[in-house]
Amino acid sequence: MSETLLKVRDLKIGATIYPPGEKPRDIEIVHGVSFDLEPGKVLGLIGESGAGKSTIGLASMAYGRGGVEITGGEVWVNGRDILKSGLNDVRKLRGGEVTYVSQSAAASFNPAKQIMDQVIEASVRHGKFSKKDAEARAVELFRKLGLPDPENIGNRYPHQVSGGQLQRCMTALALCPEPDLVVFDEPTTALDVTTQIDVLKAIKEAIRDTGVAALYITHDLAVVAQVSDDILVLKMGDMVEYGSVDQIINAPKEDYTRALVSVRSIDHEEKTATSEPVLKVEGVTARYRGTNFDVLKNINVELHPGQTLAVVGESGSGKSTLARVITGLLPPRAGNIHFAGRDLSAALGGRSREDLRELQMIYQMADTAMNPRQTVGTIIGRPLEFYFGLRGSEKRKRIVELLDEIEMGEAFMDRYPAELSGGQKQRVCIARSLAAKPKIIICDEVTSALDPLVADGILKLLLDLQKVEDVAYLFITHDLATVKAIADSIAVMYQGEVVRYGGKTDVLSPPFDDYTDLLLSSVPEMKLGWLEEVIANRKMESAGN
Amino acid sequence: MSPILKLLAQRIALGLLLLFLVSILIFAGTIILPGDVAQSILGQSATPEALANLRAELGLNDPPLQRYLSWLGGLVQGDLGTALTSGQDIASSLGNRLKNTLFLAFWAAIISVPLAIFLGLLAVRYRDRWPDKLISAVTLASISIPEFLIGYVLMYIVAVKLRWAPSVAMINDSMSLGQKLNSIALPVAVLTLVVLAHMMRMTRAAILNVMQSAYIETAELKGMSMFVIIWRHAFPNSIAPIVNVVMLNLAYLVVGVVVVEVVFTYPGMGQYLVDHVSKRDIPVVQACGMIFAAVYIGLNMIADVVSILANPRLRHPK
Repeated sequence: MSETLLKVRDLKIGATIYPPGEKPRDIEIVHGVSFDLEPGKVLGLIGESGAGKSTIGLASMAYGRGGVEITGGEVWVNGRDILKSGLNDVRKLRGGEVTYVSQSAAASFNPAKQIMDQVIEASVRHGKFSKKDAEARAVELFRKLGLPDPENIGNRYPHQVSGGQLQRCMTALALCPEPDLVVFDEPTTALDVTTQIDVLKAIKEAIRDTGVAALYITHDLAVVAQVSDDILVLKMGDMVEYGSVDQIINAPKEDYTRALVSVRSIDHEEKTATSEPVLKVEGVTARYRGTNFDVLKNINVELHPGQTLAVVGESGSGKSTLARVITGLLPPRAGNIHFAGRDLSAALGGRSREDLRELQMIYQMADTAMNPRQTVGTIIGRPLEFYFGLRGSEKRKRIVELLDEIEMGEAFMDRYPAELSGGQKQRVCIARSLAAKPKIIICDEVTSALDPLVADGILKLLLDLQKVEDVAYLFITHDLATVKAIADSIAVMYQGEVVRYGGKTDVLSPPFDDYTDLLLSSVPEMKLGWLEEVIANRKMESAGN
Repeated sequence: MSPILKLLAQRIALGLLLLFLVSILIFAGTIILPGDVAQSILGQSATPEALANLRAELGLNDPPLQRYLSWLGGLVQGDLGTALTSGQDIASSLGNRLKNTLFLAFWAAIISVPLAIFLGLLAVRYRDRWPDKLISAVTLASISIPEFLIGYVLMYIVAVKLRWAPSVAMINDSMSLGQKLNSIALPVAVLTLVVLAHMMRMTRAAILNVMQSAYIETAELKGMSMFVIIWRHAFPNSIAPIVNVVMLNLAYLVVGVVVVEVVFTYPGMGQYLVDHVSKRDIPVVQACGMIFAAVYIGLNMIADVVSILANPRLRHPK
């Protein structure tokens, strides 16, 4: 019989919010959550942003981020209610019994200190191991986590290793003091899919080998299905469903869970090219000033009116640079851009107002793409004034039309961006680009920062608008599910080159080139045992070669 | 060449260029000053012939460019010229004064820099609580009161009433280090009070800025105590802004002590400069100006270099 390691009872968490123009007020963000975790087990906490999953994870270390405060309930760790413990006891708990792996290891490592120093700090300072023993243990963990050169990687500084490696170092940091429980807070969300699979594998094996228990927090049900024993589904601080991973994935009881499981329901038929392309990128090669390598090498792609070209690739593949070249922000070293039957000037300064109007852009972070001190009406009205000279009631009429098109309505006209949800903000950005009546909209990772269900809504909206406005999209993304949902043609980019290009069906059908194969097989699937399957397949392939 | 060496070479070259530009400014500035050296040497009753002779002798009739070039040529070789009023070699009489000024600045820095940083750390540790507010209030008050006033008040309390230290800070080579330190205790205290607030507040602000970072949360979730977090995780990442303000204040300790030196009649550069400004002894004023500029530029260059070196991305390239 094993004693329950973590017992959470009726946990309530509050925060102070500062709505613009109003008095700060206290709200409750977690409304009475209860669950148990046995030693050596993994519980997945899943939900969209605002569900309170990270907050609950941190509460198991008696920690509230920012203005967050635990207002009620009990959190028992190894038979003690840590919410009633003194600060010194809590400090011993943190970094000793319970440790934490954050989403962004790049930000969570101190840039001024060597990795080893940080990995062993908690073990040594809490007196769990001597410096020498802790270092030996860290090297052992580096090896187990599949880090290159485990003997010496600890002497490096955080900026000297890659993002995926640093995330594994963070896992080593969490495992080093031999904790009973590790809180993994979206540990693979910031990584590329091909990197994610390695880190996921490393984490899963480390959990299995060390027998540590874990809270695994993520918004990605397909990921949590690979590592968890149980899953707790959360929505807006409430428990929705709590059960074994098998039950949640294969027989969800609640509608919300079903929606999470079946997300990406868009079925988009590939359109065939009928007329002259509206955009033709010919032999574009580009590099950034002061560097001596090309980030884009001889790129050739076409985009047809009313269609979507998806540019897919990992970070550093050059896909956003391609957008910068097309918009004129980065004049290419070689190559041409034909647009709507004319040659576009390479530099932004040489483009006419008409060129600017017909080529619009939507960004990943809708937050930073809008002036926080302007109302939605002002934001959408600006291109109407600038390009069409609309004023007064005419302008207002058009703004209302656009707000209707993005399914928001007139009521939002006088709201400020801070009063909108993430999805609504992105919709306003879409309306602003549509206001210019463009021929092409470049969408740069427009759904990457959004929750799956919200992202789905945005993609559906974009597809509907495409039918009505006959606008073409150049859709930049790292997410293959998004690509499948909306593309007509696809360009796969890798290290500055287009490695695969064609119609959607062709690109996504075998035979694949090596990179596309790796990319496609790395996307987590919503089924149990997927991770083991992929790893086994890859081992067989590499053995066969 | 490694990127660090290249950066360092650039900074030093830039510093020298700056010094050259300053030399032009100083020379031009002293030329347009009103007054006439010959007149002030010979006095109101001098005959026009005597004045003309002296002017010719002192080279005051040469064209400015020629005078500038010969002055600059001397500077490059370490020759600061001779004082017009006393006929002494400036370099040798200035050397002693500079040594005294640096002595005073050194001890003021030794006390004020660690104290300011420690108080800054303390203020962060007890942020928005009474120790933080007390430190802020006291240091702000001390920077707001004019330094001559602090000087006289301290002199009255410490030297006159308590008789712990002399009111006049005279030092000479025959004194032992202990005697010298006792003698400069009051000016050091005044200087410390004057520069403390600036450095302390910058330390506090720079560290608080870093305290928002995700790696500070990591340290908190490792169960580290507040002081470990501030000292080990926050401070190393806020060195660059702190060093900049420390160097600025060190430069002030050398360049800006004129008032304090006069209050305590300390035989430093400041007094020497003031004396010779009133006598319109242009070469001495120019020499002092150049030395002050060199100290200022040099210390700021050091601040730049330390900031660059404090960045691990530059020290340890990929």
